[in-house]
Amino acid sequence: MDLLTPGIGLIFWQAVVFLLLVLLLGKFAWRPILDSLRIREESIEEALRAAEEARAEMARLKADNEKLMAQAREERDAMLKEATKMANQIKEEAKEEAKKISAKMIEDAKAAIEAEKEAALKEVKNQVAELSVEIAEKLIRKTLGDKKAQQALVKEFLAEANLN
Amino acid sequence: MVDNYLRINTLKFRTIRVFLALSLIFSTLNTLQAAPSEGGEDEAFNPGDMIMHHILDSHTWHFWDGFTVYLPVIVYSKEYGLEMFSSKNFFDENHNTVPYKGYRLEHEHIVHESGAKIYDFSITKNVAALFLNAIFMLVVFLSVARAYKKRQKQAPKGLQSLMEPIILYIKDEVVKPNIGKGYEKYVPYLLTLFFFIWFGNLWGLLPGAANLTGNIAVTATLAFFTFVITNVSGNANYWKHIFWTPGVPLPLRLIILPVELIGVITKPISLLIRLFVAISAGHIVILSLIAMAFIFHSWAVGIGSSLVLVFINLIEILVATIQAYVFTIFTSVYIGLATEEAHH
Repeated sequence: MDLLTPGIGLIFWQAVVFLLLVLLLGKFAWRPILDSLRIREESIEEALRAAEEARAEMARLKADNEKLMAQAREERDAMLKEATKMANQIKEEAKEEAKKISAKMIEDAKAAIEAEKEAALKEVKNQVAELSVEIAEKLIRKTLGDKKAQQALVKEFLAEANLN
Repeated sequence: MVDNYLRINTLKFRTIRVFLALSLIFSTLNTLQAAPSEGGEDEAFNPGDMIMHHILDSHTWHFWDGFTVYLPVIVYSKEYGLEMFSSKNFFDENHNTVPYKGYRLEHEHIVHESGAKIYDFSITKNVAALFLNAIFMLVVFLSVARAYKKRQKQAPKGLQSLMEPIILYIKDEVVKPNIGKGYEKYVPYLLTLFFFIWFGNLWGLLPGAANLTGNIAVTATLAFFTFVITNVSGNANYWKHIFWTPGVPLPLRLIILPVELIGVITKPISLLIRLFVAISAGHIVILSLIAMAFIFHSWAVGIGSSLVLVFINLIEILVATIQAYVFTIFTSVYIGLATEEAHH
């Protein structure tokens, strides 16, 4: 068998064995190997995509949370403001009311004082009148005496009236 | 984790180194033993005969003197039909060739005394090596496939992780870019092709092994498969470019047509010659260096040529890989050219 002349036997066996190898390896080795490689590749890709999605989801949730927080804070602020306003209003109203009541009380007191004063004055006036009448009566009674006695009497009465 | 990985890797490299060293030592010893017997005691040592004996196919598998496997002979002729017997029948006790049943072994060719045309389908050394190579591939890749089934969606391990980058490289870097769209259906064939040539080349470097992928019958058969696949997958665009190249003036077309037709044939022929020559030449260089020690009858030359031999053997391991890669990439390129869609 020379170097450059291919032997028919080897060609035959090579063809048979190689074709068998292609068929057997193709069916029982390459297909499962390549399929597994593809499945693994896909699963890794899938996992990477899922991770990416999860990260996006996380970011979205965080943004949502922040938005909710901001909203809550805003609402709280609004409520606080409202409450303060309300409290202030109530305070104002109470103050107003108190002012009104006190004014009325002062008014009433003034009126009462005035009334008392009126009454007292009236009584004084009455007593003065009574006294005057009494003095006058006593004067009239003693007019018939001397003049001196009369004047002394008047003085006496006046002193009495002063004492009163 | 990383530590563990490195440790495994170092272990692997150490195993490979030991294996290489042993194979070098044995190949040298093997030839040292075998060579003098080729020439015999009286005859002068003939390096050419020794080298050819190692390169060419044989009906016996000679490992070392005293251990020769006699392979089965299968012959067919119109006159005598199909006959099977052991090649031991061709040798007597003194290792001389003798006729058997009218068949004679003449320089490894089987002829019949009557001169009838003999078709030799014997399980020769190369056919046996071919079977071993095929069995080895089946064992390796079926076990790898089993590992993939068992460890679905997990990281590769052991033999699987040794083969996975190579399989992926062939698929993604060799086949995919060269064939392009629809490359998937060619991947199984090209993977088988690559690993068959690669393992065949590597086995061929072992001492006592057959020169399987450096045999022209083997490379011609592989190139023929490439030829068939290329032309069967050839689309209208491919044939149009061969028979009626568009955009070229008529007189030029008449010149291009035969050139293109020759190209259809020369592409696979270049494949078959490249692999055959690269592997056979490598073996011849290695054997020549070994033969130098016997030609010069000198220890100094023997040691010197052995040192060179170590480097040549390492280069041969590289060549074994490169040739497998080149055969696969060119087959992919040819298929890619045949399936390419028109783009102008």
